[in-house]
Amino acid sequence: MSKGQLPRWVDYGVLPALNLLAAFIISGLVVIVIGEDPFEAVKWLVWGALGYGEGIGYTLYYATNFIFTGLAVAVAFHAGLFNIGGEGQVYLGGLGIGLVCLALDRYVPWWVTFPCAIIGGALFGAAWAFIPGYLQAKRGSHIVITTIMFNFIASALMVYLLSNILIPQGTMSPSSRTFEAGGQLPLLRNVFTSFDFGQSPVNLAFFLALAVCGVVWLLIWHTKLGYEIRSFGANPDASAYAGISPVRVTVITMLISGALAGLMGINVVMGEQTRLLLDFAGGAGFVGVAVALMGRGHPIGIILASMLFGLLYQGGAELAFEIPTISRDMIVVIQALVILFAGALEHMFRPAVAAFFNRFSSSTAEA
Amino acid sequence: MGSVRCFSWGRGNAFETVYFESRHAIDTQVNDLIDQKGRATVAESNVPAIELIGVSKSFGPVQANKDIDLVVGKGSIHGIIGENGAGKSTLMSILYGFYHADSGTIKIDDKTTTIPDSKSAIAQGIGMVHQHFMLVDTFTVLENVILGAEGGALLKDGVANARSELKRLADEYDMTIDPDAVVGDLPVGSQQRVEILKALYRGADILILDEPTGVLTPSEADHLFRILRVLRDQGKTVLLITHKLREIMNVTDMVSVMRRGEMVASRKTAETSMEGLAELMVGRSVLLEVDKPEVEVGKPLLKVEGLNVKDDRGVLRVKDVSFKVRAGEVLGIAGVSGNGQSELLAALSGITRAESGKMELSGEKLDLSKAHDAAEMRTMGMSHVPEDRHRMGLVNKFTEYENSILGYHREPKYSKGMFLSKDAIRKEAKERIEKYDIRPPTPDMTVAKFSGGNQQKIVLAREIECDPDVLLIGQPTRGVDIGAIEYIHNRIMDMRAQGKAVLLVSVELEEIRSLSDRIIVMFDGNVVGERGPEATEQDLGLLMAGVNQEAENDHELPV
Repeated sequence: MSKGQLPRWVDYGVLPALNLLAAFIISGLVVIVIGEDPFEAVKWLVWGALGYGEGIGYTLYYATNFIFTGLAVAVAFHAGLFNIGGEGQVYLGGLGIGLVCLALDRYVPWWVTFPCAIIGGALFGAAWAFIPGYLQAKRGSHIVITTIMFNFIASALMVYLLSNILIPQGTMSPSSRTFEAGGQLPLLRNVFTSFDFGQSPVNLAFFLALAVCGVVWLLIWHTKLGYEIRSFGANPDASAYAGISPVRVTVITMLISGALAGLMGINVVMGEQTRLLLDFAGGAGFVGVAVALMGRGHPIGIILASMLFGLLYQGGAELAFEIPTISRDMIVVIQALVILFAGALEHMFRPAVAAFFNRFSSSTAEA
Repeated sequence: MGSVRCFSWGRGNAFETVYFESRHAIDTQVNDLIDQKGRATVAESNVPAIELIGVSKSFGPVQANKDIDLVVGKGSIHGIIGENGAGKSTLMSILYGFYHADSGTIKIDDKTTTIPDSKSAIAQGIGMVHQHFMLVDTFTVLENVILGAEGGALLKDGVANARSELKRLADEYDMTIDPDAVVGDLPVGSQQRVEILKALYRGADILILDEPTGVLTPSEADHLFRILRVLRDQGKTVLLITHKLREIMNVTDMVSVMRRGEMVASRKTAETSMEGLAELMVGRSVLLEVDKPEVEVGKPLLKVEGLNVKDDRGVLRVKDVSFKVRAGEVLGIAGVSGNGQSELLAALSGITRAESGKMELSGEKLDLSKAHDAAEMRTMGMSHVPEDRHRMGLVNKFTEYENSILGYHREPKYSKGMFLSKDAIRKEAKERIEKYDIRPPTPDMTVAKFSGGNQQKIVLAREIECDPDVLLIGQPTRGVDIGAIEYIHNRIMDMRAQGKAVLLVSVELEEIRSLSDRIIVMFDGNVVGERGPEATEQDLGLLMAGVNQEAENDHELPV
């Protein structure tokens, strides 16, 4: 074992746990500063997210969003591309899903609409990611810049569509009409009636997210395309040497990434809201970056990280409700700290942990 | 003279700490006296400039330096020789403060000291010239020299002082250089002189040079050696790290040999021979001769005509190059690295697009100015062992078996539909590991953890086992230990015996001469001459420097 290399369980288990712990300690200090008991806060946070059926339902609902966006970012990461346009791709994907639902909901049952909506969402999300991907591959326009720009364009486009075209006549709120039963994804509270999900919006999209995790795992580690994506991301020179076309890999990866982000609309548009509305992405595209970083780009890690962020979202809302001095903004601070430690300061504890394990492993080697 | 003042302050400080030890005090005074009087006499003095006692350093379980003892005499040129990975660089990094020794004592000028960082190394009079120059290309020589020793927030005063000091140093050590020249415009040899001046400017008494001739032409290397001798005669101590025996014999007074992290011998250079040193380096006698049987040469498998290649900055790096490689023949391309060989290989293997040029590969005609890719060349029977296996030949994060199909991953035998058949890949990887004796025999280990020689074998196995017609092979033994070199050379000879066409690019003349049937030499993008393997080293050396002695009587273009 050379310097800085760690056993996998440390890399994937101990380090994220340390990062998380650090984030919570700092958050705890902030809570103390505003004069509240941090342990009380943690109690409400955890109880709010996991303490009762409805809380769990909401946690899973948010986690579903983050799984989609986290996978989108992770797939791009594997090709060395930093897709932070998840937000816009989610938005446009939602449009695709919404259009499918609006077109079909009156004629067919939900299980016919569902696969069509998946295709619609994936297509629209992929199309929105295609342009930055193509510009990066052919023109060298940096994908970070272009994907950010495309978030704004997506937002403006949706405002226009929702307030001018999709808005039903005679209403004032910029959203589409509510889908009929044929455009509504069953909620888990109606499917698993024995478990009390309360009024939570968690729906079948959760299982779609898990299935997509499996698909991504197969794609990245078991297909020729995944091999090319990973080669290109890990060593572009070697992949050119291997005859892997950078244009092809960049464009295809962005298409997949955009399609994954686009699927998030299944959860929100078809599952929860059953209509197309403004700003439904709600920042999930950006949380996806943190989720992908924390999950180390692996579907299992992404599921776990998504659960954590789902917990923070739901538990945070509950916490803000129970302890009013800890406002909604405080929750954002806590989430930001988690992102900071898990993402930006990812390598902060690594040298110390590596030194610890190197000493440990060399002493066992001698013994 | 900011830095010089700083240096004498450092010494004065040391002087104070040993004030009561009269012997040291006298030594210091004597040294100061000699400093003023000129240093020719110092060379004979017995005070060691550097003394290492029992220095050890390990990285995790890997022991890079084991109980090293070393004495370097003041005012001498001391060579340290060893194979790649023998621990030379680690040892020097300890001396320069990059690494911290786990145990052992370091004495500089007979005083026990510690070197926590490079700043402290510089303060103690140690200067280092790195293999890869630490220069800012867009700065002038003067700006580079004062970088990090600007002496104050405003540049003006420092620059004026530096200019006169630089001139004094350049005169004293016979290194003429224009202080206002932009470093990026200078030839490599001059850039190296800037590095040396930089070290001297910071008051270096001990100069460490890490593989200094790797980037130089033979004449530039000779110039460097002249400078080193002047430095020695002026009383500086020079530590020369190299794996080239010839340089050691040429320029050093003493030589120490490292092998597998240990110091195995220290000899007076005059009392050793190249063979003796080579044996010490490897631990057994080395067969540098390669068994080269007669092979019937067939028809050309690779023809290149009028190839011009630009690099990504738009500079023409390969100029109108033409050659043929026949079946059963090894064509060697000699030359100092950076004279267009890399660009040539990149264009032939389809990685970059040429400006113009035609290629005929196993009978198929290709226009190299059109877009091609490496996959296309592979399907036409060309395989390619790249010069830089880390940058190109391998994906370091991938496992051994994943790397064993890089470039061939689309072949039907490695996949079922869109999925990779990992079992088949692993099975084949295991067979190759056995055949090529790749160690450790673990296809699931990341390639980054294999040693250089074994990494090279992984690449070779991949590129040879696909049974190509034409093999492009760049620097086949760079960073590879001698045991593996022999093996790799034999594989290349096998390819030749099987009637393949091999294009060999190497900066090691020895390797080119022992493997090739014909040798062409590249200089500044041109083919400057063709020779047989019997050509003398001197002749090839001159060609590598761009001088063709035969050119007057032989106007024929090398084809």
